[in-house]
Amino acid sequence: MNTLNPVVDQFETSIADVDRAEVKVDVKNLDFFYGKTKSLKGVSIPFSRNKVTALIGPSGCGKSTLLRTLNRMYALYPGQRAEGEIMLDGENILSPRTDLARLRARVGMVFQKPTPFPMSVYDNVAFGVRLYENLSKADMDARVEEALTRAALWGEVKDNLKGSGLGLSGGQQQRLCVARGVAVRPEVLLLDEPTSALDPISSAKLEETVTQLKADHTIVIVTHNLGQAARVSDYTGFMYLGELVEFGATDELFTRPATKRTSDYITGRFG
Amino acid sequence: MDLLEGVSVSAGSLKMSDVIAQPVLRRRASARGAILSTLFEWLCFGAASALLAALAGLLVSLLIGGWPALHKFGFSFLTVSTWNPVTDVYGAAGPIVGTLVTAGLALALALPIAGGVAFFLTELCPGPLRRPIGTAVELLAGIPSIVYGMWGLFVFAPLFAKYVQLPLMTAAKPGSLLDTLTTGIPNGSGILPASIILAIMILPFMAATLRDLLLTVPASVRESAYGLGATTMEVVLSVSLPYIRRGAIGAVMLGLGRALGETMAVTFIIGNSHGFPTSLFDSGSTIASTIANEFTEATSDMHLSALIALGLVLFVITFVVLGLARLLIGQQERRT
Repeated sequence: MNTLNPVVDQFETSIADVDRAEVKVDVKNLDFFYGKTKSLKGVSIPFSRNKVTALIGPSGCGKSTLLRTLNRMYALYPGQRAEGEIMLDGENILSPRTDLARLRARVGMVFQKPTPFPMSVYDNVAFGVRLYENLSKADMDARVEEALTRAALWGEVKDNLKGSGLGLSGGQQQRLCVARGVAVRPEVLLLDEPTSALDPISSAKLEETVTQLKADHTIVIVTHNLGQAARVSDYTGFMYLGELVEFGATDELFTRPATKRTSDYITGRFG
Repeated sequence: MDLLEGVSVSAGSLKMSDVIAQPVLRRRASARGAILSTLFEWLCFGAASALLAALAGLLVSLLIGGWPALHKFGFSFLTVSTWNPVTDVYGAAGPIVGTLVTAGLALALALPIAGGVAFFLTELCPGPLRRPIGTAVELLAGIPSIVYGMWGLFVFAPLFAKYVQLPLMTAAKPGSLLDTLTTGIPNGSGILPASIILAIMILPFMAATLRDLLLTVPASVRESAYGLGATTMEVVLSVSLPYIRRGAIGAVMLGLGRALGETMAVTFIIGNSHGFPTSLFDSGSTIASTIANEFTEATSDMHLSALIALGLVLFVITFVVLGLARLLIGQQERRT
């Protein structure tokens, strides 16, 4: 059947519907440009409240680019621009009137490599909180403990909160970055390949953390690890060459992919 | 099939000549290489030793040359401010204090501005302007000090006297702190003008170094801070600056080292009088300016010896500052 109609297959996309009332971030017809290079082409994807949405696809397909539009991190770099709409609670964050610092406090991000700040573990977690909230010492202590607990790191660092964040192991540093991200209580949490620099045990711990975090956050995770996407996410988007090829419930997408490109990718035929 | 044949043919052609000739060739090359290598090692060792020998020679000759003065005046050479070639009494406290005060003031003036330049160039400057401004900063760092000195004396000093010094002096109530700080001859030369010229001189170097250091802060670390909702100011002050802290201290120390040893620019504008400077506009001297001014006129042996001993003191001060910088930079490198 596929061989009869290869042209249609090549460009086939399938975007499943979600409960509109539960959509936290709605990306509509998003184009993205690095200078003259167009690296996202008309991407429309909903991210649902209290769900984990995974973005998968081969390197260079635009997953991270899409993620970096959600908190407008790209705006730090001249020559990068996005066109289209990204509605966060019904408000277009691509509007020039958006206060970027406030937006980024609402939409937190954890990066591929651990990026602890050169300060103590405690101060790393408290850093973002201090920017927007004026907490008493006791409240701050409680907030730091809560964040570290949720990032599954409290037990390992509770006796060494004054030690440098740079002194932790790679896996601990990454969970410290998660703690730092959740301490400010963002509404949306973006994870850009958060386990790619971690060993399997640390990865497993982080995945567990992600699953627990979705009770309070809308989570978007970019990953190269298909098993990880299948384990942690509720929805999955498969991207290829700057396009969203398929989006749907993770169970559906991994067991009954609707497009040939998706099925080729998840069965390991390319990518 | 074709492929296989190709392989067997080339393997066959390798057989005799190459396999036997190779070790011989290699041994011959290595015999010559070993000699060259040894020679090279000795040359490098010689170069390094020559430098060390020069350093040791310099130190020893300063010690020998300065010994008569150091022996005669002892510790008071460092604490007494009388410097009188006529009676052959020499105390270097004036130049020592002048050196430390001008260098310290210069640093205090230059550091905030250098930081501002570096932050602007790395975080705020629009892309197309970045290179021209950066190049201009580096060019400024390369201007010979005598040019700064001439500019300071002929252009800066008259303007400074007219628009800063005189208004300050007239505004100061007699007996107030400001009055004490601003007494002096209103000719635009003295401790503060010299410090300002020094600050202008060390500013480009520190700005360029701080900029280079700020560029070493990984994009991901900066993005993490921005990602938490920090503003540019918060990112720079709370994350970037602590990240480069040790390197920045090193850069500051090197700037301080340059300010300590600067001769020509300071000699032009500091006023060149011995003794303790008592106000910001008092004329004074630094170790380097004293040596430059008096070396050709030093007639008595004791005067010459005192000047050499001054050189030794300056050597020790700068050595300590640069040593501290090395230590701090080394720690920064080990950490990253």
